[in-house]
Amino acid sequence: MSIVLEAKHINKYFKKPLLFHVLKDINFRIEKGEFASIMGKSGCGKSTLLYILSTMDTDYEGELYLNNELITKQSRSYLSHLRNKHIGFVFQFHYLLSEFSVLENVMLPAKKLGEKSFQEIEYDAMLKLKMLNIDHLAKKRASQVSGGEKQRVAIARALINNPSIIMGDEPTGNLDSHNAENVFNIFKQLSEEQGLSLLIVTHDEDFANKTDRIIQMGDGEIIS
Amino acid sequence: MTNWNVILNISKTHLLTKIKQTSIAALGVTFGIGSYITLVCFMTGLNTMLDDLILNQTPHIHIYNEIAPTKKQPISLYDDLDGSFNVVHSIKPKLSQKKIHNALPIINYLEGNNEVRTALPQVKTQIFYIAGSIEIGGNLTGILPVSEAEYFNMSDYIVEGSAQDLETTDNGILLGIGIAKKMSLNVGDRVQVSPINGGIFPLKIVGFYQSGVADLDAIQSFTNVKTVQRILGETNNYITDINVKLYDIEGAFPLSKKIEQQFKLTAIDIKTANAQFETGTTIRNLITYAVSITLLIVAGFGIYNILNMLIYEKMNDIAILKATGFSGRDVQLIFMSQAMIIGFVGGVLGLLIGFGLTSLIATIPFQTEALPTVETYPINRDPMFFVIGFSFAMLSTFLAGYLPSKKAKKIDPVKIIRGQ
Repeated sequence: MSIVLEAKHINKYFKKPLLFHVLKDINFRIEKGEFASIMGKSGCGKSTLLYILSTMDTDYEGELYLNNELITKQSRSYLSHLRNKHIGFVFQFHYLLSEFSVLENVMLPAKKLGEKSFQEIEYDAMLKLKMLNIDHLAKKRASQVSGGEKQRVAIARALINNPSIIMGDEPTGNLDSHNAENVFNIFKQLSEEQGLSLLIVTHDEDFANKTDRIIQMGDGEIIS
Repeated sequence: MTNWNVILNISKTHLLTKIKQTSIAALGVTFGIGSYITLVCFMTGLNTMLDDLILNQTPHIHIYNEIAPTKKQPISLYDDLDGSFNVVHSIKPKLSQKKIHNALPIINYLEGNNEVRTALPQVKTQIFYIAGSIEIGGNLTGILPVSEAEYFNMSDYIVEGSAQDLETTDNGILLGIGIAKKMSLNVGDRVQVSPINGGIFPLKIVGFYQSGVADLDAIQSFTNVKTVQRILGETNNYITDINVKLYDIEGAFPLSKKIEQQFKLTAIDIKTANAQFETGTTIRNLITYAVSITLLIVAGFGIYNILNMLIYEKMNDIAILKATGFSGRDVQLIFMSQAMIIGFVGGVLGLLIGFGLTSLIATIPFQTEALPTVETYPINRDPMFFVIGFSFAMLSTFLAGYLPSKKAKKIDPVKIIRGQ
């Protein structure tokens, strides 16, 4: 199986207000099609790790490989491009551009990538929305849809460029159990049917238990 | 790799959803540019008019025979007193003729110079206007009326009659309006003039002259060169002044020096004669620009403020854009393009408003004694002002947008996302 994401000896320090060793020698890999979750108590550094893995945080020591390509110390604009093409992101809060329609929100990353024509992008976006059963919302303003729907729109947006991996920072943390269940099923389905890799940070034990693999963190280290 | 379509689409959405703020920012620019255009067109219009008032009539080089003491007094020619300290009491001006020696050949010579547009002869003399037993002192200047009208805008100051009438009427006179009022004379009447050395000559009034300077209008009249020569009993080579107009005013000073040396005459160039005038113009321009630039800077701060607020409001959007693969530069371009769109729209509206206001001002009646030919406020609508105004709108919005957009570029998405 090919490796999608690999972390080697990741160390991170917070320098303010005091020098604090947040992540201590993190090593792990995510394989293609793997549905992994990161669990741990608040403050154990799991979100910090996720943001390093997402390439948004570049202030760390160690090496990070995406599709076997070393991406540590790459320029910010190249990292933006990688993020655009290979990484899909789902946050705890829905983070849609509230002034744009649902469809436009989904299309935006693909437009930025600019590899397809407008019609193709629109077709793809509708396909993703349909897959998540929210195609009837396409023309609505992002600010006018409900929380659970917003999260599904965010997932559709994360999927639009057919990324190598989807990362989530407590994507169900702000949803009721019904919607959380729904989101989990979507992830599961993506992983099984499309062989998508997923890495989800979560507090929710039920959610984590249903994933392929749980990465347990404590005090900046991987416990199991 | 910049995808302008996407970036402009995002800025368009941002601008349109905040249409109130956008229009306020754009109105700031519109107001600034509009008042700049209005102010500068109006002020330079007035300036040009005032300049023309003096400069149009003034020759670029005025050549005449100055009454002055000889610079080299006879004593300095006496070798025996060389090196000693000589004091000469009550020096008198040198006795010389008023006329320019060899005036006609000099005029021909000057006309041959390719810097010179024209060189016109004048004969100036003092006369008395006679009304019954009253004698009023005055100046009579002999001119070539049609040429004066052509090169020195003489016709702007002829309120009745025309230069052509004067040219074609033998023994005609263009009477100063002040004298005409004093003596209750009308066009077609006759006025008697008497030169200093005696004799009375009746002249036919063909028109009135009004320069706007009341003191001048009360003494000054014009007639043909030949008529003055006849009144004075002089031949046709009696010329007291030569007025030179050049193609390029900058050439006046060197040429005047050359003429002085070559012909031993006094030649005054326009800048020396009107030095204080230029100072006035420069200072008025300075004030105009100072006020305009202040207006534009205030407008610039308005844009800066609004963009800054916009960026605070859009923190989440910026974070999400960055997380989904937009680079810092893309985000900066989004906000820069918003600033530039505001600048562009505001600037164009400002130019239109400036154009409208100046058109309006140009129709307001403006009549003064001093300016007989001006009927409405003068407006100088130089296209250059519009170019400068628009460039400044773009420049100030660029600067006002640059700082906030740079901040947006540097926002760390992780901090925003985790901060929630």
